[in-house]
Amino acid sequence: MSESAVLELIGITKDYYGVTVLKGIDLKVKPREIHGIIGENGAGKSTLMNILFGMSVIHETGGFQGEIRIDGEPVVIDSPARAMELGIGMVHQEFMLLPGFSIAENIKLNREITCSNVISRVMGKSMETLDFKAMRQDARSALDHLSINIDETLPVAGLPVGYMQFVEIAREIDKKNLRVMVFDEPSAVLTESEAGLLLEAMRRLSEKGIAILFITHRLDEVMAVAHSISILRDGQLVARMERDQARIDKIAEWMVGRKVERSVLAKRPVAEDEAEDVILEIHDLSVEMPGEVVHRFDLKLRRGEILGIGGLAGHGKIGVANGIMGLYPARGSVFKDGLPVSLNNPRQALLSGMAMVSEDRRRVGLWMDESIEMNISFTAMQVQGKFLWPGPLERLRREDRTAMREHALTMIKDLDIRCTGPQQIVRHLSGGNQQKVCLARALTMKPDILWASEPTRGIDIGAKQLILDYLVRCSREGGMTIVMTSSELGELRRICDRIVIMYEGRISGILPPDASDMEFGMMMAGKYQSGKGVGIDGMA
Amino acid sequence: MEWLKSRPIFWQNGLIESIGIPRIIIAGFLVFLFVLAVVLKMDLTFLISDSLVRIGMNGLLVLAMVPTITCGAGLNFALPVGILCGLVGGVVSMSLNLRGWVGFGTAALLGIVLAWILGYVYALLLDKVQGQEMMVGTYVGFSMVAGMCIFWLAAPIKNPAMVFAIGGQGLRYTLTLENYYCKLLNHFLEIKLWGITIPTGLLMFFGLGCALMHFFLKTRVGRAMAAAGSNPLFAKSSGVNLNAMRHLGVVISTVLGAIGILAYAQSYGFLQLYTAPLYMAFPAVASILIGGASLQKASISQVVIGTILFQTLLTIALPVTQTVLSGADVSEIARMIISNGMILYALTRGERRR
Repeated sequence: MSESAVLELIGITKDYYGVTVLKGIDLKVKPREIHGIIGENGAGKSTLMNILFGMSVIHETGGFQGEIRIDGEPVVIDSPARAMELGIGMVHQEFMLLPGFSIAENIKLNREITCSNVISRVMGKSMETLDFKAMRQDARSALDHLSINIDETLPVAGLPVGYMQFVEIAREIDKKNLRVMVFDEPSAVLTESEAGLLLEAMRRLSEKGIAILFITHRLDEVMAVAHSISILRDGQLVARMERDQARIDKIAEWMVGRKVERSVLAKRPVAEDEAEDVILEIHDLSVEMPGEVVHRFDLKLRRGEILGIGGLAGHGKIGVANGIMGLYPARGSVFKDGLPVSLNNPRQALLSGMAMVSEDRRRVGLWMDESIEMNISFTAMQVQGKFLWPGPLERLRREDRTAMREHALTMIKDLDIRCTGPQQIVRHLSGGNQQKVCLARALTMKPDILWASEPTRGIDIGAKQLILDYLVRCSREGGMTIVMTSSELGELRRICDRIVIMYEGRISGILPPDASDMEFGMMMAGKYQSGKGVGIDGMA
Repeated sequence: MEWLKSRPIFWQNGLIESIGIPRIIIAGFLVFLFVLAVVLKMDLTFLISDSLVRIGMNGLLVLAMVPTITCGAGLNFALPVGILCGLVGGVVSMSLNLRGWVGFGTAALLGIVLAWILGYVYALLLDKVQGQEMMVGTYVGFSMVAGMCIFWLAAPIKNPAMVFAIGGQGLRYTLTLENYYCKLLNHFLEIKLWGITIPTGLLMFFGLGCALMHFFLKTRVGRAMAAAGSNPLFAKSSGVNLNAMRHLGVVISTVLGAIGILAYAQSYGFLQLYTAPLYMAFPAVASILIGGASLQKASISQVVIGTILFQTLLTIALPVTQTVLSGADVSEIARMIISNGMILYALTRGERRR
């Protein structure tokens, strides 16, 4: 492979409003090469691809520094159309297909083959007749390249998801000037056998002389097809290696590795016999949360512990809390202190002494157009009848504004919510302060178990620190049991007693916070072999 | 930017924004009409008395919009459902020959019970068409009115004052409430002040409705309803039963429609049957929108302001324009333009916000 690179990215740096998301990325792909790009969520993979495709979001936020070269020539890519002209193709995570059109029509969309007719001679090219036969032939040959045996005249609507993916790929292949092809997490929606076909198709494409960028977080797939691998972490290129030097455990470590500072707070004084004091038992829990499906989840939650749930996006870590709190359809059985908790009923879940801080702050966590005091006390008012004037029928008792305000003022002080007063509308608060209101809302319930879903997502460092410290205090001093879900492993490792790692909706394993980066990385990539490593009690 | 500093105080404080352009235009037009009435030496006291009566008559029907907006079902275009229930109550109480307070009370009670049942059935229907409540509601109202025409014809009522004079079968188009409970509320504690007649009872009835609604919206269940309407997921995560809240909102609105039409009828002096209720939802919808309510949010003060502006405008526009343009029924045209225009304006604004 002594050919020169077809695509070269040099020193790509990008910041969004002062936050650097990419720092000096260098990348090179040669023809016939499959180059894997690996990284956690938020490592900067998507931003890099947006730059490569000249997406408008990049230019609207001030452009980027660095240079893109094609065949050694510097190019300016200012729009997706320009990227296509230069021969860069992409298969998207979401499908961009017209469901009512046939497969052939979708493949040839906007590049239809036409012949002139009487009207078009007068009215111009846009009125020419479609040459369906030629279009079908082209589509056929593109599909054959992928060895997909499917009738190209079928409509796209009703195809299995996997096939839609192949239609997308076929559309890109059909472009005659295709030089570089980007696959952005293409296997996320595929079944195992479809994923196998996809990898086969990628190999075939590369043999045709096309360079491929393969973005994924599935390590085994990268290991199977890539010729070389780059690893991104926090916007930096941490490693680049050839396939024959790559080792899966090394990659996992690089992908996750962060300096982990343990929380200064004292570890929970765990006596061995206390480990059996189970507060919540989950059996066979399955949750139908779109994009975060959970399959047959089993767990025993110990009284007073802080349990972390980690894993990559889409692997079900968020689904657990949402399923148990009744926000998404769930099956299975849950026992709190030995008593069954009925699923699919938020009210029952709340009454059983559990509360939740939702990961979806804007839609679930807050009533945006209401005051801070109303947001904080609403759930407790509805479920526990707090903050109401006395009266005969609880439902028709009037709200007690004085009590609400008093309580809100305490919470504002405790959690350091920066606001003009308890009557301020939450929409006007900053993200961090909104998150504190969400937390206050859950804490007002005085729960035994607090489900904190991504409690620090998208907020500033100061608020993050305060919320984490507060959670630890609630647990250590108040005896609250906390289950915290987070995309930031470092954060889980700072405050949790045990960390559950989810992979494809199942528990991949349970690790202590001081386990090695490699172990975490392997588990997140579904590469964990049981029998090795730490205790995995609680697993089925 | 020198002119900015010289703007009047009320502009700088954003008062205009908080009142809203449509209300200012309408209030301005109203003032213009009043001035015109004075110039034309018309009987101002009569116009004001008439306005007060019309405000009281229509108030509860406008108030009926609040629960559906609050619970997230938008404006209640199916108000005729409630109105028909009230009319059935009125007809039954009349056929039993009940008069005065007993007659009115019986009619209202029957109307409430019927509206509760029918409102619930209508709410169940709405569960299946979420997001299209207003369009479906319009047609539910229309078909109910048409269906009830058959009922009025076939109703087994023998009171000769109520059925057609010829044939003895089928209720008349309008039933006079003379000798039953005509102007019962209007005359209750009526006050005459500088020539203006104040229908105290009627206004108190409207005020009572508003007060109860205001109280209800601040109760636990009222708050739950508002949360379910404006942020369903937030409400659900707080253990609120979303369907039950929407049902409740629709039921309360229908019940208010039933009581509202009886308050209207006693003041008007007639029960209007057959196709009369067909377009009754539109003035109510227009009133609350003029008051400044949106498809997502409505308050009691918006009900009161909207009703006052809309009804006063209609009352005064008619005699004034008739004096000016001798004979032409500009008032009817103005009513159509204002009410339909207002609905259109609110609907387009609502779409944009989504």
